[in-house]
Amino acid sequence: MARYFIRRALSVIPTLFIVITLSFFLIRLAPGGPFARERDVPEAILQNLLKRYHMDEPLFKQYLRYMGDILRWDFGPSYRYRDLTVNEIIDHGLPVSMSLGVISLALAVVGGIAVGIISALNQNKWQDYVAVSVAVIGISVPLFVMGPVLQLVFGMRLKILPIGQWVSTHGLKAIILPAVTLAFPYFAYIARLSRASILEVLRSDYIRTARAKGLKESAVVWKHVLKGALLPVVTYLGPAFSGIVVGSIVIESVFLVPGIGRPFVQSALNRDYTLIMAEVVVYSLILIIANLVVDIIYGLLDPRISYK
Amino acid sequence: MSDEVILQVKDLKTYFTVDEGIVKAVDGVSFDLHRGETLGIVGESGSGKSVTNLSIINLISTPPGKIVGGEVLFHGKDLLKMSQNEIREIRGNKISMIFQDPMTSLNPFLRISTQMIETIMLHQKIDKKAAKEKAIEMLKLAGIPAPEKRIDQYPHQFSGGMRQRVMIAMALSCNPEILIADEPTSALDVTIQAQILELMRELTRKLGTAVILITHSLGVVAGMCDTICVMYAGRIVERGRTEQIFESPRHPYTQGLIHSVPRLDQETKDRLYSIPGQPPNVIDLPDCCPFYPRCEKAMDICRKKYPPVTSFEHNQSASCWLYAKETQNV
Repeated sequence: MARYFIRRALSVIPTLFIVITLSFFLIRLAPGGPFARERDVPEAILQNLLKRYHMDEPLFKQYLRYMGDILRWDFGPSYRYRDLTVNEIIDHGLPVSMSLGVISLALAVVGGIAVGIISALNQNKWQDYVAVSVAVIGISVPLFVMGPVLQLVFGMRLKILPIGQWVSTHGLKAIILPAVTLAFPYFAYIARLSRASILEVLRSDYIRTARAKGLKESAVVWKHVLKGALLPVVTYLGPAFSGIVVGSIVIESVFLVPGIGRPFVQSALNRDYTLIMAEVVVYSLILIIANLVVDIIYGLLDPRISYK
Repeated sequence: MSDEVILQVKDLKTYFTVDEGIVKAVDGVSFDLHRGETLGIVGESGSGKSVTNLSIINLISTPPGKIVGGEVLFHGKDLLKMSQNEIREIRGNKISMIFQDPMTSLNPFLRISTQMIETIMLHQKIDKKAAKEKAIEMLKLAGIPAPEKRIDQYPHQFSGGMRQRVMIAMALSCNPEILIADEPTSALDVTIQAQILELMRELTRKLGTAVILITHSLGVVAGMCDTICVMYAGRIVERGRTEQIFESPRHPYTQGLIHSVPRLDQETKDRLYSIPGQPPNVIDLPDCCPFYPRCEKAMDICRKKYPPVTSFEHNQSASCWLYAKETQNV
């Protein structure tokens, strides 16, 4: 077991290396560059800029320089936000996006599984129909509709929650609306996923055995159904987690949340090479770790899986 | 086997509603089970054997299934009229079940100990430690080597035969009065089948448990059962003591079944006999003998009305127009 995880942890290194290398060259293949503007920059200034950021050097030399910096966890200066380094941007934005993401995902998991259980146990009754309808709404209504609707109801009409901005301005209350909005599609998906897999497990032979033993329905569900039924949810959580914690440009724009999602998306449009690379590194690192954690949880839930 | 009747099934009817109509999976099944008796229920797939037995402990999932009529009297009390709480006291305790496929009948996510102990603690109201000792003792009785060690393992660490031994140990752990075994050996290979049947026979004799053995294998019932019910299309078409059924089967279906068992003691160059045709589609069956399209002795009346029960000596009886008084008189 321990050896397996050491091996998995070590495998992060070559994976990251390949991801970084590919992204480094791919970005530079794209037309345009960080200093391309609608109005051309005078040649002399452009040369100065390129020199300032070592972009006049041969590509391979730039690559080696970049790899060296990365090893020291130095992502370099942002080409666009001139007075900030990429490290500063990440240090400011990532904790915000992470806490918002973790809270949203926790809401989505708890709510989604609860609704999944309720609707599976009441299949084709009104509780099930209500839950399934809510789930369909959650999946089909986009964040930029859901967000303003919640702002309108809870911020403008009821005036109980702030419409936007973050903890520094409004305190912890500021988290509620963006977290609920962000959680909604994940919640809906998890509810559908757990409903389907609980229904499947309920039909299995070992549940018939559990009932034939005289167990109460509650004991059947908690002890015999859930462990197996939650495996698909756990599988989904790996990619969901890494997707949610690197921020959402929609949520950050609607609620004025100072997260990392907006700078990351804009970095691609701006050809802000260093910031794009930082996004690639951060995102892959989180994805790899999240998947490793999912594998660990999998092993704990399912005794048939053993790691060697 | 004593004369005391512990379970009486009376005119049990379990129907399933499907898109195409109503499936009368069990349609008026009656039988008695005596203390310590081993009763075999034989029939083809889809004849209603399993549904009969799931109905006895009220485990039919509704919808699509529904027990629409009849009584199941256990010591005189109707199991079908009991509340969920009352019947749960009986399930796994007084009446327990083992199922066909030991590979899927144990929960793969829980240790054997967890699965056995929860049943024992639930019904015998003893603490966890005593329950674990009892579970180990049962596993030992069921022929599991090193039960103290094996009990903490998961189902996937057991072979198919071993898992069925675990199922038997679990089912008998609360000293039930009735063990319902639903094709307990069909998923096992032949040598293991014999061992499992032997184990069931030995343990149920020792504990005085009555057994309802559901199977499609005549060989299994011949070796195990005191009495046999033959089911066809949701009804019992013939019943009697095992010797009677094998020596003088009355119903053409029973005759066909016995005739189609390959015999080692008779040399034959013919093809192996099989009953022609397919089991009937049990959706919206008309009120006729469901066997008549496959029956070599079918008469006109067979397609008009379901035959009444005719009794023979030694408590044997069959539902067939060949023996009914009405047809004898014409």
